Amino acid sequence: MQSIDIFGQIGLNHYLILSALLFVTGMAGVLLRRNIIVLLMSIELMLNAVNISFIAFGKYMNQLDGQILVFFVMTIAAAEAAVGLAIAVNIFKRYKEVNIRFFEHLKG
Amino acid sequence: MNHSLLMSILILSPFVGFLINGLRYKKHNYLVAGTIATSAVFISFISAVFLVVDLVGLPPDSRRIAVTFFEWIRVANLSVDAGFVVDQISAIMILIITGVGSLIHLFSVGYMHHDKGVAKYFAYLNLFIFNMLLLVLGDNLLVMFVGWEGVGLCSYLLIGFWFTDETKAAAGMKAFVTNRVGDAAFLLGMFILFLTFGTLNFSELNALVPAAAETSWLGAITLGTLFLFVGATGKSAQIPLYIWLPDAMAGPTPVSALIHAATMVTAGVYMIVRLNPMFMMAPNTMMIIAIIGAATAVMAATIGMTQWDIKKVLAYSTVSQLGYMFLACGVGAFGAAMFHLMTHAFFKALMFLGSGSVIHAMHEEQDIRKMGALKKYLPITHFTFLLGWLAIIGIPPFSGFFSKDEILWMSFHSPLGHPVLWAAGALGATLTAFYMTRLMCLTFWGASRVPKGTHPHESPITMTIPLVVLGVLSVIGGWIGIPHIVSDFLGHLPNVWEEWLHPMIKEVPNMGPADASLEWALIATSVGLASVSALVAYHMYVRKPGSASRVADAMGPAYKIVYNKYFIDEAYFAAIINPLVKGSRALWYYVDVNFIDKCTYWAADVAKGGGALIRSLQNGNMQQYAMYIGIGLVVVLSILLMR
Repeated sequence: MQSIDIFGQIGLNHYLILSALLFVTGMAGVLLRRNIIVLLMSIELMLNAVNISFIAFGKYMNQLDGQILVFFVMTIAAAEAAVGLAIAVNIFKRYKEVNIRFFEHLKG
Repeated sequence: MNHSLLMSILILSPFVGFLINGLRYKKHNYLVAGTIATSAVFISFISAVFLVVDLVGLPPDSRRIAVTFFEWIRVANLSVDAGFVVDQISAIMILIITGVGSLIHLFSVGYMHHDKGVAKYFAYLNLFIFNMLLLVLGDNLLVMFVGWEGVGLCSYLLIGFWFTDETKAAAGMKAFVTNRVGDAAFLLGMFILFLTFGTLNFSELNALVPAAAETSWLGAITLGTLFLFVGATGKSAQIPLYIWLPDAMAGPTPVSALIHAATMVTAGVYMIVRLNPMFMMAPNTMMIIAIIGAATAVMAATIGMTQWDIKKVLAYSTVSQLGYMFLACGVGAFGAAMFHLMTHAFFKALMFLGSGSVIHAMHEEQDIRKMGALKKYLPITHFTFLLGWLAIIGIPPFSGFFSKDEILWMSFHSPLGHPVLWAAGALGATLTAFYMTRLMCLTFWGASRVPKGTHPHESPITMTIPLVVLGVLSVIGGWIGIPHIVSDFLGHLPNVWEEWLHPMIKEVPNMGPADASLEWALIATSVGLASVSALVAYHMYVRKPGSASRVADAMGPAYKIVYNKYFIDEAYFAAIINPLVKGSRALWYYVDVNFIDKCTYWAADVAKGGGALIRSLQNGNMQQYAMYIGIGLVVVLSILLMR
């Protein structure tokens, strides 16, 4: 990993700041947007922000645990996206829109 | 026969009648309802007769049939049984209640035949008899109080029987509320006696009374008996609580005869006689009772002289006669009080029923100015009414003479009496003779003032039979208590009454020997005064019909005051009722509406507002929840990091 010298200046803090920015962006999307597709994308953003910090910490600590955990997160993210999109498609079929307020109809 | 069985029949028969008629209260058939009710009371009467016959068979000193059905209350040292006792005093009462009661029930069958609510009427009447029997048979104050309240209830129901007429409903309420004042005092008296003696049983109370009279005004016995007496003034219509009785005439006339003349209103007298050893030991109470009795006798008689409503005259007459009974109690002549109670029950029930017959004949007209010369239309009613009239004004040998004379003599002769009390009694008797003669003249004699279109007719036989029976009783009822001097004069007739009651009545201490010539003089005075007064009234209302109104005009304001019943009702309104209503209204407005209600509203608003605030947090919006989580996370993290 020594070939990437340009990035020698880039330390743990930079990764963490990027991760935090991404996470906050994603969270803002989750909290503020009404479109489910955007929401799912925002959640993806948050998960990946976490992934970045996992990898950054893994590198910093010289351990593989962080990278392994990222695979788990990606798996779960894929599953979540599949389920969420399936629901979104159904909601769309019914209401011709994917606004989050239609999710209230899922209440038993 | 078994005493407890007889007692059960005596008490429960009217109650069963009440249940039957009460359950079929919508039925209109007066014959069926009347037969059920009358036979229920008559069965009671028969068992009463059996019981009294058994009682007479017992030796004089142990005449007492007591039946305890069950233990009613046992709390700490208060123990009350549902016990009933027939002794010399209650024997008289049960015979009057069921006997006169049966006659009045029979009379009602004819009187109420056109009424829609006849079954309800008879149900109430039976319930009244049941409660009255509880009152007189109870062997302790609490059982008596149950009956005492029960008769008050029935009185209320029956006064306001035609409740669609607002004044009649109001009269019922007035009776109820006024009685309530007395009942509260009765309860207080009961509490005091219980605190002092630890029992409510009559025979135990009378046995526990100390031997020495209590001279203090604030002693337990004096206070207790005074409160009981206030209770009696409510039920028995004495000053200051008599105001309900004249208004009670709004009820059907047989009700007035039964409840407001013969039975319920005598409950106070009965209660005092029942506790006579107790009252005897409270001379201050006795004095008050005598004064109140004499004052009521005179005052009610003066009002009676001016009234135009046939029933109102009789109502004031009843108040006045009850005053005599209390006068008798107050001077220690309890036997005379019971005697007058009985004769009064006969002749006053007779006169009320007679007035009912007149009212029935006149098509519900009660104003004696529109009557006159009814003698030829109503011969039986007139004749029986005549007997009642002679009895009440005290002409020998009619029953009223013996009882009233006994009271007057005792109020003079007894150490507890006073010549002033006698004078008041004699004045009352004079006035009684006047207003009763006036009533006779205006109703039955003189010129006819019956309006055209009214055709008076004699009443049906169910109404005349009770009149005749009561007429006979009014004549002979007094012969069982002929005073000693008269019986000596006639050749030693026994005074059955006195011998009968003797074991139950505490003797007045220091009773001097009777002076025969003085007694004769007093008898002659009262009878003479009554006769003269009756003749004057006859002259004023039959011979010279215009003279009465001239006298009234000459009296000027005095007549006005008496005619308006001394403005007592108005005074009560001004002094008690209106301030009470105003005060209550002020309390309602300022305390209830503006303080208590506002406080509760305020508390409710705080809770509601707080709830709304917190509820808005939980609105089901997932994004907001997520926001809270985010905010919480930021806050917690900031706190952790800032430290």
